[in-house]
Amino acid sequence: MGHLTANPVVDTSGDKTMILNMGPQHPSTHGVLRLLLEIDGEIIVRMVPDIGFLHTGIEKTCEAKFYQQVVPLTDRIDYLCPMINNLCYVLAVEKLLGLEIPPRAVWMRVLLSELQRISSHLVWLGTHAMDIGAMSVFLYCFREREDLLRIYEMVSGQRMMTSYFRIGGLAMEPPLGFFKTVKKFVDAFPERVDEYENLLTGNRIFIDRLKGVAPISKEDALAYGVTGPAARASGIDWDIRRDMPYCGYENFKFKVPVATDGDVWARYLCRVQELRESQKICTQALEGMPSGSIKAEAPKVVLPDREKMKTQMEALIYHFKIVTEGFTVPAGEVYQAIESPRGEMGYYVVSDGTAKPMRVHMRSPSYANLQALSKMCEGALIADAVAAIGSIDIVLGEIDR
Amino acid sequence: MALTPAVTDLDQLKDRPTLSALLAWNQSAVEGAKFDRNELSIYIARESIRGAVSQLKVQGLINFLSDLTCADFYPREPRFELAYHLLSIPRKERVRLKVKLSGEDPVIESLVPVWPSANFFEREIFDLFGIRFLGHPHLRRIMLPEDWEGHPLRKDYPVEGFR
Repeated sequence: MGHLTANPVVDTSGDKTMILNMGPQHPSTHGVLRLLLEIDGEIIVRMVPDIGFLHTGIEKTCEAKFYQQVVPLTDRIDYLCPMINNLCYVLAVEKLLGLEIPPRAVWMRVLLSELQRISSHLVWLGTHAMDIGAMSVFLYCFREREDLLRIYEMVSGQRMMTSYFRIGGLAMEPPLGFFKTVKKFVDAFPERVDEYENLLTGNRIFIDRLKGVAPISKEDALAYGVTGPAARASGIDWDIRRDMPYCGYENFKFKVPVATDGDVWARYLCRVQELRESQKICTQALEGMPSGSIKAEAPKVVLPDREKMKTQMEALIYHFKIVTEGFTVPAGEVYQAIESPRGEMGYYVVSDGTAKPMRVHMRSPSYANLQALSKMCEGALIADAVAAIGSIDIVLGEIDR
Repeated sequence: MALTPAVTDLDQLKDRPTLSALLAWNQSAVEGAKFDRNELSIYIARESIRGAVSQLKVQGLINFLSDLTCADFYPREPRFELAYHLLSIPRKERVRLKVKLSGEDPVIESLVPVWPSANFFEREIFDLFGIRFLGHPHLRRIMLPEDWEGHPLRKDYPVEGFR
């Protein structure tokens, strides 16, 4: 039992309860999450998460990089929505610099963020349904996700670690035929969501397995720092995209799905509705996509076009300077929060006036949501713990960072 | 969105609800304030942090603890600056409370009795910065192994060579 008692909070002295170790290698923990369950028969008395298996010290690494070199690191935090991480970081640095972004870049960012939200929710839906036992949904979800990954590849050259957003705009103009491909996907998507809902929303086994499971009240959700769809399922009507708009979200019309039950079923319904709302935002972004530049007019911060770099002396000098010395950022600190598929993602960036950030801290939504998991699972059955883990949609990469 | 100089004058910022509430509660607890890049930071004395946060919570000015983190300004003294990012959902407003901590005695009251969500955040700061939180129910390393030596996010932690 030695290795199981690593965490003294779990009381092993009682003779009525026993300790069950779950993970870190477990297919339903969505990564390397280890849970210590104190159980009384089939009932969970207490759950203690043990994390840190994926800790790679990204926050420390950021301190040794130039500001523009941090962007690829942010991809690796939440690998299901890399562009949303990029967005949060570049918004924070742009706020530090006081940089204005051209409208086309803003709209492209919104379009891609919402596509990322869709693909992240698709992974959640597929794996969550598979945890419950509905195997086929996974294949349907990954079929659509594959289309989305191709879209990311088209625009950035990479399927997953895209690093497409840059401080001051975007890496490059989207290729020919990009908007057509996106439009084709976006137009077909509502039908796909109907398909998933046909498989799950009316499915009696699925409903029985989720309804009333692992509930959390509104007060507890606020106290434990729950954000995102999990909080909205508990009746907290809060979406940063709508309530504190960033990156031009004030120009888009969408509903924020809210439920009151706070159980796994409510979280499922909220997320599926979000898929539809994200699709609406994508349609609006495609319709209103402005023309113009995709980079801000800031030669000291934004790399010049390749063409200019090869023909103009000044552009070549700026290019050389940015690549070798980076660019300095005025001293100060900002906290930029955005709505990631999992909740409030925040980047706290402190600058000391040099070309490297003094401190980059990521407030990851999964990290806070995981704290609430123990609260949700008190008194639940062991089998329901799996449903609860799936319902808060954790990504271990952003928990451990 | 050109940068404007930061406002640090308490008199100019007095009309901010969070700051005026804190000043009315305990004038000596507020060490200063800064309004920079559209974000309000209030410097709080170390002893008063739990009182200040619970005061804001009781008055209904704040109802969510977004984030809690730290930055190391080594070799400056006091080297640590804790940043409490608080949010009011009904008023749609954020405020940042900051506390300075010295390197010799990095101890502060825990926020867990006021906000359970501070639990993991404080454990992370303890793990990576070595700041102790008094009254924390379970202050142990969270990211690194139990037998790890040192606190990696400190600026004087070696980043090269063999350990």
